[in-house]
Amino acid sequence: MVKQKARYLTVEEGGFALLLAATAILGLIIAGRTFDQVLAFHASVIAAACAVGTFYILRRYFDGTYERAPLEIDGKPNYNMGPAKFGAWASVFWGIAGFLVGLIIALQLAYPALNFDLPWTSFGRLRPLHTSAVIFAFGGNVLLATSFYVVQRTCRARMPGDILPWIVILGYNLFIVVAGTGYLLGVTQGKEYAEPEWYADWLLTIVWVFYLFAFLGTIWRRREPHIYVANWFYLAFIVTIAVLHIFNNMSLPVNFLSSKSYIVWAGVQDAMVQWWYGHNAVGFFLTAGFLAIMYYFIPKQAERPVYSYRLSIVHFWALIFIYIWAGPHHLHYTALPQWASTLGMTFSIILWMPSWGGMINGLMTLSGAWDKLRTDPVLRMMVVSVAFYGMSTFEGPVMSIREVNSLSHYTDWTIGHVHAGALGWVGYISFGALYCLIPWLYNRKLYSTRLVNAHFWVSTIGIVLYICAMWVSGIMQGLMWRAYDSLGFLEYSFIETVDAMHPFYVIRALGGGLFLLGAVFMAYNLVMTVARKEETEPALTPTGAVAAE
Amino acid sequence: MADHNKEVDKVTGVETTGHEWDGLKELNNPLPKWWLYMFYASIVWSIGYWVLMPSWPLISSYTTGMLGTSQRAEATAEYAAAQTARAKTGEQLVEASLEEIQTTPKLLEYAMAQGKVAFGDNCAPCHGVAATGAIGYPNLQDDAWIWGGSLDDIAYTINYGIRSGNDDERYAEMSAFGRDEILSEEEIDQVSNYVAKLAGLQPEEGVDLSAGKVVYEDNCAACHGDDARGMRDTGAPDLTAPNYLFGRSLDAIKAQVNAPRHGVMPAWVDRLDPATVKSLAVYVHALGGGE
Repeated sequence: MVKQKARYLTVEEGGFALLLAATAILGLIIAGRTFDQVLAFHASVIAAACAVGTFYILRRYFDGTYERAPLEIDGKPNYNMGPAKFGAWASVFWGIAGFLVGLIIALQLAYPALNFDLPWTSFGRLRPLHTSAVIFAFGGNVLLATSFYVVQRTCRARMPGDILPWIVILGYNLFIVVAGTGYLLGVTQGKEYAEPEWYADWLLTIVWVFYLFAFLGTIWRRREPHIYVANWFYLAFIVTIAVLHIFNNMSLPVNFLSSKSYIVWAGVQDAMVQWWYGHNAVGFFLTAGFLAIMYYFIPKQAERPVYSYRLSIVHFWALIFIYIWAGPHHLHYTALPQWASTLGMTFSIILWMPSWGGMINGLMTLSGAWDKLRTDPVLRMMVVSVAFYGMSTFEGPVMSIREVNSLSHYTDWTIGHVHAGALGWVGYISFGALYCLIPWLYNRKLYSTRLVNAHFWVSTIGIVLYICAMWVSGIMQGLMWRAYDSLGFLEYSFIETVDAMHPFYVIRALGGGLFLLGAVFMAYNLVMTVARKEETEPALTPTGAVAAE
Repeated sequence: MADHNKEVDKVTGVETTGHEWDGLKELNNPLPKWWLYMFYASIVWSIGYWVLMPSWPLISSYTTGMLGTSQRAEATAEYAAAQTARAKTGEQLVEASLEEIQTTPKLLEYAMAQGKVAFGDNCAPCHGVAATGAIGYPNLQDDAWIWGGSLDDIAYTINYGIRSGNDDERYAEMSAFGRDEILSEEEIDQVSNYVAKLAGLQPEEGVDLSAGKVVYEDNCAACHGDDARGMRDTGAPDLTAPNYLFGRSLDAIKAQVNAPRHGVMPAWVDRLDPATVKSLAVYVHALGGGE
């Protein structure tokens, strides 16, 4: 490295140092003045993180040894893959944490004594911890890591900024820590999948806008005439999540020294906004985002072209325009007016084929490469993932039909449906992407294909146990709730339905345990891939990336 | 600019679009026909649904649909129908005495069905699904009754509760003999061992049981009776019965004498209608211990 002297602070360095320092000071003031213990804790954590960030930026400047990374080296783009590496490992860590909490709450449902009569370990606090850990911490980091990787490589351009991508990935994980500890300490807005309170929401909003800048900036700089399909999906995911997050979290804090806030929406309108958010978190976070992963990693790993360009365009726009209408099917037979409920239901039905467009493009990309499923368990995992995607995007429209919903709603069937999508689709496409991404990022060969195979089978048995148990339990529960005797009285009391579900809760916990075990296999495999320091031939990194590190 | 790059994929014989990103290409396959037709069909079906059912918002109302259905009207009608179906027997239940309900097969069948559901939803959380009770919650299946096990006694307890705060509640409170320093530690040991012996438990060695008997007669017999079989007027439990409300062990007895715990049963008179309370009384009476 060439020692540079008297370098000016760049606008990026100065700007972020100022922003972080200001946030740190604000955090300290709030922490010092508030009577709210949780807010004091969170403000301190945010202040400490921002202070460390400021320190690193300034040290880098005063040290003077840091050379700005060039955009290109020898005519090849100099990709910034550090944040992608961080995101990949963060997702492995959060994944295992989230699956473990899921297993704990599954066991709590089967054996309530495991709540331990402590507020911090009660089901009510651990359940949002589980959902947020798997969706936002695990899934979110997979999306950040893969999007940083994919957008740079398919645009043949380095991401803008040296600090910006780090602010995004570290800031996002800071949000995860604040949100997760908040759940355990009992701070919540009480909105499903949007539980974090106002200050955490603000943190995420700012980080997300930077993410949009980093992503759009890369596309802006691209050296390719066209934008690859995966990037359309990533962009749709980033933009829509921003809109959803902001509108569903419009709340006013009691005051700025309190963790408590009140949402501006009232009554059924709040419910509608909540499920417009909730359903599109599924649509744009868990579907559009992971379809982007599918569109890069499946053709890459199968070494086949995407099946149909036209289908990708049509199903992309259809998905984007139709998904946003489907939220009311979460509120059938409630205070929501019937017209809104039926409208949501019909759009859910129309959504069926646009969803399946992604499945067709994923599966048909394998044409001419089906034999690889026998030898490549990573590809097999991603293909099975697309199959689960197809299954749950068929089940979804079916369950949105009012008559079906009157049986399925509030029962475990919903939980089974969600997990077919979460474990099967989101989980498997993420695992497949991580099995590709980590070796590619480090120029290594995957440590053990046999271990991937073991992961695949253990988890698949786990998923099948999980969703079958929930289907049976859910439909049984729904039927027991609506059973009347000849005199017009309910056949079963609520507690009898709970008692009847116990065996299925045990089976579900077993399935979840197997899924967690598979993820532990993956973590070991990925760590060993990097730890054993065995470089691959350059063939595995197709266009010869130069790591920025 | 991409057109001149178009090539034909060797495996499928399909043309690519000519674009390439990081080694990735796209085939120029048309939309699958079945996919497209299914997509159209789902749109046509939805338009049909919109015509028939309430669906689109207007400025101050909404399109009501040609079928003119309303889920609110349907629910109201179904609720009314269910009420009508139950009304006849339900009214008879309110009119009839508890004994009449028990001896009239039709009323009994109705009361047992209603009682079972009402028990599951209201009583089972404390008394258990099988009414076998738990520590602090009496077993309703056995024949040990603190406040009486006749139909009327049970109905009264359900209606007004125990220590419930209702004006007509059943109320009893045992003195805290240790905490309020009414008895010495030694006397508590003696009386607890004496009661333990009555309950069929093994007393501690070296404790003067005859002294315990004296303490019992001076302090406990007024409510629990000379024979310790309990008294329903005072709500004092039978101390010779096998079920002890707060645990059948010497330690539990000592704890109870020292500073007794008192459970609460809510008054249901304001929450359940008279027919339901009657059904519950008949149901609980029939669980096995009814007098």
